[in-house]
Amino acid sequence: MSQVLHPPPPTPAPAEEPLAALAARHGLSVSGARPSLPQYVRDLWARRHFITAFATAKLTAQYSQAKLGQVWQVATPLLNAAVYYFIFGVLLGTSRGVADYIPFLVTGVFIWTFTQNSIMAGTRAISGNLGLVRALHFPRAALPISFALQQLQQLLFSMAALVIILLCFGVTPGVAWLLAVPTLVLQFVFNAGVSMVMARMGAKTPDIAQLMPFLLRTWMYVSGVMWSIDATLKHSDVPNFVKTLLEANPAAVYIDLMRFALIDSFKAHQLPHHVWAYALGWALLAGVGGFVYFWKAEERYGRG
Amino acid sequence: MAERNTEKVPTVIADQVDIVYRVHGTGAGKGSATAALNRILRPGRAEKAAGVRRVHAVKKVSFVAYKGEAIGLIGTNGSGKSTLLKAVAGLLPVESGKIYTDGQPSLLGVNAALMNDLTGERNVYLGGLAMGMSREQIKERYQDIVDFSGINEKGDFITLPMRTYSSGMAARLRFSIAAAKDHDVLLIDEALATGDRKFQTRSEARIRELRKQAGTVFLVSHNNKSIRDTCERVLWLERGELRMDGPTEEVLKAYEEFTKS
Repeated sequence: MSQVLHPPPPTPAPAEEPLAALAARHGLSVSGARPSLPQYVRDLWARRHFITAFATAKLTAQYSQAKLGQVWQVATPLLNAAVYYFIFGVLLGTSRGVADYIPFLVTGVFIWTFTQNSIMAGTRAISGNLGLVRALHFPRAALPISFALQQLQQLLFSMAALVIILLCFGVTPGVAWLLAVPTLVLQFVFNAGVSMVMARMGAKTPDIAQLMPFLLRTWMYVSGVMWSIDATLKHSDVPNFVKTLLEANPAAVYIDLMRFALIDSFKAHQLPHHVWAYALGWALLAGVGGFVYFWKAEERYGRG
Repeated sequence: MAERNTEKVPTVIADQVDIVYRVHGTGAGKGSATAALNRILRPGRAEKAAGVRRVHAVKKVSFVAYKGEAIGLIGTNGSGKSTLLKAVAGLLPVESGKIYTDGQPSLLGVNAALMNDLTGERNVYLGGLAMGMSREQIKERYQDIVDFSGINEKGDFITLPMRTYSSGMAARLRFSIAAAKDHDVLLIDEALATGDRKFQTRSEARIRELRKQAGTVFLVSHNNKSIRDTCERVLWLERGELRMDGPTEEVLKAYEEFTKS
């Protein structure tokens, strides 16, 4: 303590009864207290329009200064895919042994970017919006969820670009494409959950935002974004637990599911066992766990 | 003051409230990198060594505010007025003590929710939603908000991005959005100072109107005239301590005496 505590100020003595009793008698509640979990869910639901409006506003504001405007929503992911194709497909030749490499790669890049950006945005959801947190009252979980939603909207633009690429490379649309919907829903829940965990950690220690790019890049390289986990594991003698780890990796699970849904030459036997169970399990674990973890610190967000 | 506690209904009760800010990276501590690591690994113990300064912004403040009151908060710069207001709104946690409120007090302000790259129109919706209004409520009041702000008096500015507004126009739009909602307990932080003369008169009238609907109004201002016009009770904070609490004239007189010297 760097400052001396002064004696209580010479204010008129409070009413005869203690203030806490007076508050209780009139049914006043403690300001800034954390609501119960069911109440929190209800509050959050009441703010659903704010969550969607905030996500859309962020998305639109992103390219509003650019001359080409919203064209960048589609152009950015396409350029990203082109760079990765140049490095991994042309220079390094990772494509050997993978049928339809370009659709394979682009799907991987887009689906990975969705998770990566959601987590990055989540890390800064509270620490980067302190002004908002300190000015207005709303369930703070609205912020990480809103950022995850913004990334989902962004991904839908990317998916439009992906469909064009797929059609160009002779992939035929089929009923299996419908599997993309549950995959995206599960991935979104997973992303939002991890975002909430990161948002709480980032709110307490903003330094984490500096660390995340390195962690995420490492995670990307083990997630089979540019290479096929299945094809690589077949011809190598890595220990079994490494195989299990690589296959259970949530990012790899969602990426492979999306490839399975969209690309004809990506067959079911290339998927790890119990892949839907993994996808659902990760979504539930991250979604519910992340939400509860975030709620536990609700009243502390925005502190100095 | 003594007769206040019988049949009046309290809306905000502050009980021995302390608020402490922690400021990182002031460089007051020794060697930043190791100290910073220390801070992350051992929060609490290493706080002082790591150069975290504690700023005791509000010290043991107690008061009871009743329904229908308009209370002015005065004090020199940095005396903890805005901090106390934020704590009443539940936006800043208190270090010790408790603040009890009836319903959810709201701070008048939406600045942080608005985005400069969006049109004024979209910001009206965004700000309204951020304050917890429903889409229908905003649609209903949209025209009132725009008319009140006077943004469209000089052409169709509401459909232009907010970054093209002059600072006065932006401030007026922000106030108009913030004042569009009815509040139980309303906290106003020097909002009256925005805009030109014409707009100031209009916003003072709007605040009086809000006061009628709201249970209790708190107003932070350096403008003694607007305090006199709107408030009948004044809390004077100095160095985080509540120095005086009483009828406007009495407190303002003592305060003016204090600031003169």
